[in-house]
Amino acid sequence: MEHVLEITDLKISTLRGKETVPLLDKVSLKVGRQQCLGIVGESGCGKSITASALLQLLPYPLSVTGGSAFFTASSQARMDLLTLPPKLMRGIRGREIAMIFQEPMTSLDPIFTIQQQMFEALHFHYPHMTHADRMDKSLSMLRKVNIPRPEQTLASYPHQLSGGQLQRIMIAIALMNNPRLLIADEPTTALDVTIQMQILELMNELKETNDASVIMITHDLGVIAETSQHVAVFYAGHIVEEAPVNELFHHPQHPYTKGLLQSISSLTGDSRQLYAIPGIVPPGGSWAAHCRFAARCSHASGRCLTDMPALTEAAPGHFCRCFLHSQEVEA
Amino acid sequence: MSEYLLDVRNLKTYFPIKGGLMRRTIGHVHAVEDVSFKLKPRQVFALVGESGCGKSTTGKSILRLIDPTAGQVIFDGQDIAALPQEEVRLLRRDMQFIFQNPYSSLNPRMNVWQLLSEPLKTHFNLPEWEMHKRVEAMLDKIGFTPDQLHRYPHQFSGGQKQRISIARALITGPRFVVADEPVSALDVSIQAQILNLLVQLQQDMALSMVFISHDLNVVRFISSEVAVMYLGSIMETGPTQDIYAQPRHPYSRALLSAVPSLDPQRKKVRHALQGEVPNPANPPTGCPFHPRCAYATDLCRRQRPALTEQFGRMLACHHPLED
Repeated sequence: MEHVLEITDLKISTLRGKETVPLLDKVSLKVGRQQCLGIVGESGCGKSITASALLQLLPYPLSVTGGSAFFTASSQARMDLLTLPPKLMRGIRGREIAMIFQEPMTSLDPIFTIQQQMFEALHFHYPHMTHADRMDKSLSMLRKVNIPRPEQTLASYPHQLSGGQLQRIMIAIALMNNPRLLIADEPTTALDVTIQMQILELMNELKETNDASVIMITHDLGVIAETSQHVAVFYAGHIVEEAPVNELFHHPQHPYTKGLLQSISSLTGDSRQLYAIPGIVPPGGSWAAHCRFAARCSHASGRCLTDMPALTEAAPGHFCRCFLHSQEVEA
Repeated sequence: MSEYLLDVRNLKTYFPIKGGLMRRTIGHVHAVEDVSFKLKPRQVFALVGESGCGKSTTGKSILRLIDPTAGQVIFDGQDIAALPQEEVRLLRRDMQFIFQNPYSSLNPRMNVWQLLSEPLKTHFNLPEWEMHKRVEAMLDKIGFTPDQLHRYPHQFSGGQKQRISIARALITGPRFVVADEPVSALDVSIQAQILNLLVQLQQDMALSMVFISHDLNVVRFISSEVAVMYLGSIMETGPTQDIYAQPRHPYSRALLSAVPSLDPQRKKVRHALQGEVPNPANPPTGCPFHPRCAYATDLCRRQRPALTEQFGRMLACHHPLED
């Protein structure tokens, strides 16, 4: 299969005093054409910084300390996003790779109208476009994302619109230059379920009509089930499980994934006791040298407390980072 | 004494909109519009709905954290809505509030001991040793050890902070609590721990609870009765299991079908909603849901449906969904 993006051994660290603290550890991922890759994990697991690193948007003192991320642009040129000079990166951002942020209410500028903000995205990449063309393009994008009364919306300021409308405008701006890859960082977390459903269906549809690939970053397994073809589960700065979506939901292998699915499905069942993973999510950087989930795992024993398991193939295309699983295979 | 601990009757809370040069009141936001429900002792009653539907305002109006505009809140035979604030304050040892965000609801300058003994100092006149006894008993219930007594909120994780704010609400031994989205700020793996703790404490302490949430799965787990709110009014209320199994109001059905399924192969039958929630300062005429409802008729546009008993539950709809 053709891959739009191939991330290999991506490492991100931060500085704490003079000490370098790792936040993301050897993450490798691939995104296929017209595919949606889901990244799921809890706060501090490194899912959002992975996205920021791809666009060279990591805030100081975070920095990439290793790995590569090869992206195939629409011109078929292959480039490493992590080492791309800033000038070339600016041509990629918003044109080849677009990003949708978590909170539409804070990521649009309150002092500019929607029209000014949509035109800016066009002007940056196509400075010679005429006003009439920009107007046509903006209106057609707003219609595409089901904004009622697009002419009126263009003249509005962000505070005059609702959260669902703003998120649709964010998607319209992101898709305006027909990007090859769309990175959506918790695009529906701030929205209500009925609006969430509209946005997810819209994204699924646009993926096909615009020939775009998507990276969907979320903490909500339900959103993953609705949108993704392939899923990577992050825990404490690395991937603990990776599989095609049906495989992951029906045959989860890692105790963490199993626990997450179990606690959600016991929520929808009729029991009066929820399955809960004990303990707390380890804060970034303070990870054990052995299996990082061992402290919360009910199956942890011997080797789990001394060694770090590798990400091994449990079934075709299904990778899991757990000793228990590899023992089963050996036995 | 009636069989109900709490009886909310025709509760209305309006917020004035000020405008113009003289800052005169030019209109009202109808945050809570005619809400009525009853709560039995030891029952968990959930208010569910989308943001801006008035569920939190309803919870706060019940405890008089916001003064309601009209209606009665009868707690234990006494109308709280009509009491002067000083008397409400005395009642608060019996009725408490658990806030959504433990990061902002705990004072960062107070340690666990100060946070938990403050409600005791406010409501009881206890000797120091008695306060210590109660605080330590409460710590044990939330799974803390006594050596954590002198730590400050920033030394705890989000889930632990929420445990502290639950302890702070329950230390006075209330009979009734309003929990406003107590798990929505927490990670998925921590949510289950806190929900289990809440259920356990609710049973141990014989608590009655109004549980406010936008998360339909959480509501299904924790409550025995539920009220679905939209634009300040209750659309449908009754036993949680019945409503989840077969919603009769078009809005409840749309809301329930919008929850993502956990099976990527089974795509749910969608009952998509068009448009967005109208502005509560200028609510539609007739049924508040009619502009987005597929079944709306002329009657819905003219006349607001009353909450009446149908299908073994209370329903406010002119055209309820049949079998």
